[in-house]
Amino acid sequence: MKLLKLVPDNTNIHFLRWQWPFFISNILAMIAAVVLLVTHGLNLGVDFVGGQMIRATFVENSAAPVAELRDKVGSLGYGEPIIQQFGKPNEVSIRMKLPEGSEQHAELADAMANKITSTLKQAYPGVRIDGVDSVSGKVSGELFKTGMLALVLAMVGISIYIWARFEWQFGVGALFALVQDLLLTIGMFSLTQMEFDLNIVAALLTLLGYSLNDKIVVYDRIRENLKKYRKMPVPELLDLSVNETLSRTVATSLAVLIMLVSLLLLGPEVIFGFTAAITLGIFVGTYSSIFMSAPILIWLGVTSASFVPAETVAEKQDKAVARGEA
Amino acid sequence: MLDFPPWKRAWLWFVTLAFAVASLPSLVSVAGGPWPSFLPKPEVHLGLDLAGGSHILLEADAGQVAKQRLESMEESVRGALRNAQPRVRIGDFSSSGGRLSFMVEDAGQVDAAREAILPLTSGAGLSGQRDWKIEVVDGQRFILTPSQSGIDQAVSGAMESVTEVVRKRIDALGTREPTIIRQGATRIVVQVPGLQDPKQLKDLLGKTAKLEFKLVDTTALPSDIAQGIAPPGSEIVPYAEAAPGQPALIAVKRLGGIKGDNLTNAQQGFSQQSNQPVVNITFNQQGGAKFAKLTTENVNRPFAIILDGKVLSAPNINEPILGGSAQISGSFSVESATQLAIALKSGALPVDLKVIEERTVGPDLGADSITKGAIAMLVGSVALMTFIMLSYGRFGAYACAALFLNILMIIGVMGIAGTTLTLPGIAGFVLTIGAAVDANVLINERIREERKRGRRVVQAVELGYKEASRAIFDANITNAIAAVLMFLFGSGPVRGFAVVLMIGIVTSVFTAVTLTRMWVAGWLRKARPSDLNL
Repeated sequence: MKLLKLVPDNTNIHFLRWQWPFFISNILAMIAAVVLLVTHGLNLGVDFVGGQMIRATFVENSAAPVAELRDKVGSLGYGEPIIQQFGKPNEVSIRMKLPEGSEQHAELADAMANKITSTLKQAYPGVRIDGVDSVSGKVSGELFKTGMLALVLAMVGISIYIWARFEWQFGVGALFALVQDLLLTIGMFSLTQMEFDLNIVAALLTLLGYSLNDKIVVYDRIRENLKKYRKMPVPELLDLSVNETLSRTVATSLAVLIMLVSLLLLGPEVIFGFTAAITLGIFVGTYSSIFMSAPILIWLGVTSASFVPAETVAEKQDKAVARGEA
Repeated sequence: MLDFPPWKRAWLWFVTLAFAVASLPSLVSVAGGPWPSFLPKPEVHLGLDLAGGSHILLEADAGQVAKQRLESMEESVRGALRNAQPRVRIGDFSSSGGRLSFMVEDAGQVDAAREAILPLTSGAGLSGQRDWKIEVVDGQRFILTPSQSGIDQAVSGAMESVTEVVRKRIDALGTREPTIIRQGATRIVVQVPGLQDPKQLKDLLGKTAKLEFKLVDTTALPSDIAQGIAPPGSEIVPYAEAAPGQPALIAVKRLGGIKGDNLTNAQQGFSQQSNQPVVNITFNQQGGAKFAKLTTENVNRPFAIILDGKVLSAPNINEPILGGSAQISGSFSVESATQLAIALKSGALPVDLKVIEERTVGPDLGADSITKGAIAMLVGSVALMTFIMLSYGRFGAYACAALFLNILMIIGVMGIAGTTLTLPGIAGFVLTIGAAVDANVLINERIREERKRGRRVVQAVELGYKEASRAIFDANITNAIAAVLMFLFGSGPVRGFAVVLMIGIVTSVFTAVTLTRMWVAGWLRKARPSDLNL
C-alpha cells in the first residue's frame, strides 16, 4: 500500500531566501493587529468589564429575533443591552451593565436579571434561559489582571525553559514568536469582535504551549544539525533543518486541526469562541514555526560555535572516562 | 531501547488496562446506562457549567473584623482598669483611626495601667509577638495600635467561622452536595449543583443574623434622638420597620447588653397574644444565665432586640425571664421568621458577606454540550485515525491503538482522581487527542528519515524513538508550564481545562511513546522485517 505523504521526499524549499519578505509582512501584520486593538478594541465579556450576561436559546425559532430583543430589553430602563449571537443563530447572549449601586446592594442586580428573564419568557414562550452571570466590577478587574499576568508568566516561563535547554538566542526567538502568535490571534478577535472572556485567555495559554511545540521540534533539529555539520554555512543548515521537520510540522498541525475543526462544527456552541481562538492560533503558530523561527536565529547570531563549548566539555569527559577505563 | 522483558510488558499492560477499565463508569453514565451498585464507581464529576447550578462568590468585609476587634478590646481595657486594685480612672476614650486611645487621670497610675492592660495584648500565636502595641505619649495618654499580623489572624479566624456558618445554613436549606471553599483571605465560593434560583440562598447568606439585646436609654431626649445625637455611652439605632406615627430611631446603651449567639435552638412559631409569626429562641446555659441576670436587674425597663443593627422591637421587661428561652417578635411573615430561625440557629456571621460574582447555568445546556462534545470527539477521532493510518501504515495503526487507550486512560484517571469535567475541559480533551498523535508523528517521521539515510530496520526504529524523545519531552514540558499557570491563575471552568491538559500530557506520553514502542518491538522480533512500509 502506498502511504500518504503530505510533504514529498527530499523537499528543499529555500525558506531563508524569503526571510525579508516574510519578516516584513509579519511586522506589518503585527502592526495591523496593534492598530486594530487601538481603534476597535476588544469585545470584552462580563468576566473582564463586569456586568450581567444572560444566555438564552430560542428553542422554537430558527433564528433569534435580535433587533426585537434589543428593543424589548432596552425599554426596560436598564440601559442599552449588547446582544450577540453565538454558535447557532438561535442562541444569544444579552449583556448589560450592572445597575447603579449594585456594588452595595446585590439585590438590584437580581432584580434586573429577573426582570429581563421574565420579560423574555413572557414574550417568547419557547425561550430557554441557559445561564445568568453577574460579575461585579471589583472581581472583573482582578480577573483581567490575573489573566494578563498568567499570559505574561507563561511566555516568560517558557522562554526561560528554552533558554536553559538550548541557548539564549533560542529563548529570545521563542519569545518573539510567542508575542507574534498572541498578537495576531488577539488581533483577529478585535477584527471579528468575537467576545473576549476568561475562556479565551485559557485558549491563548494553550496556544502558547502548542505553538512552542512546533518551534521546539525545529530548534531541536537545528541544534542536532549544528553539532553534526560543523562546516555547513548557517543559513543552509537552517533551511535543511526546517525542511527536514516540515512533514512533521504539517502532519501534527493537521492532526490538531482535524480535531479542532470537528469541535468547531459539531461541538458545543458555548465554547465556539474558545475553539476558534485555538484554531486561529494553530494556523498562526504553524506559519511562524516554518517561516519565522529559523531566520530569527540568524539575526541573533547563532553559529555552530554556540554549541561547541558544551560539546567539547562533554567530549573531554568522554575521553577521560575512556582513558580511565583503559 | 527495544528490549521488553515479560515482566515489563505485563506491568505496562496492567497499568494501561487498570486506568482504561476505570473509565467505564463514566462512559456508562454518559450513555445513560445503569452501573452495578456493588462495583466501585470512580466517575468523572461534572462541573457546574455542565451539570447546571449556581456559583456564588462572597466577600467578607475585613474592615468590620478590625472594627469589632477594636470594640471588644475597648470593653476589655475598660473592664481591666475598672477591676484593677486600686481602680484606674480613665477618660477621653477614643477609638477613631483604627486604634484606641485614652487618658489616665492620675499620672501616678500610668505604670499600674500598663500592668493591667499588658495581658490583654499578647498574641494568640507562638511567635511571642504582641497583637497590640502600647504607647504612652504626653505622660498620660495611652495609645493601643493593633498589629497587622494580629488583624490578619483575626480575619482568618473570622473566615473560618464564616465558612462554618455558611455550611450550616446551606445544609439547613436541604440542597444537595454544596461545595464551599475559601478563596484568598476574605472570600468564599459556594457552588450548588442543580440550584436554578439562588435568590433564597443569597438571602440567607446575606443575613448576618447578629442578634443583640441592649437596654434602651430612656434618658435620651426625643429631639436629640431624631437628630441622631446620642447621650454619652449610648448609640442611636434605627427600627427595622417603624410603625406609623412612631419614631424611626431609638437610643440604646452601648455596653452592658448581651449577644444572642449563645443559642441552642431557634424555631419559627406564633405569638400567643397576637397570633403573629415569631421566632422562639432557647439560650444555652451560659446565655440563659446572662439573659436572666439582664432581665432581673432591669425589670420594668425597656430593652431593644436588635438584629443586624436594626431594632426589631423594644418590649418592656415585665418580669425576670429565668427559663432560658425568649420570643422575638417583629413584623415577620412565616417565611421570613423561618429564615431568621435558620440563620440564628446556625449562628451569626462574624462579618457581613457580599455577593461579588454570581453565575447560574441552566440544566439543559450542559447535557447538550456533553452530547455535542462526544460527537465532535468521535467524528474527529475517526478522521484523525484515518489520516494517521493512511500516513504511517502499520505504525499508524499502533498510534491509533495507543490513541484509543489514551482516551480511556484520561477518563479513567479523571474518574479515579475525582476531577471535574467542565465545558472548556471538553475542548481540552478533544485538543489533547489531536496533540497526542504529535509524539507518534515525530517518531514515525524520524524512523522514515533514518531509513532514508540507509540505516537498517531495527536501528532506524531504535534511533527514531531515541532522537524523537528529546523533542517530545521538551514540547510536553512547555505545554505543562502553560497548563500549570492556567491552573494557578484560572477560575473553576478554566481550571477544569488545565487539569484535563495535564492528565493528557502524562497519559499521552505514556501511550504514544512507551506503549507503541512495546508493540513495535514485539512485531520486529516476531516478523523480522527487512524493510518498512513507512
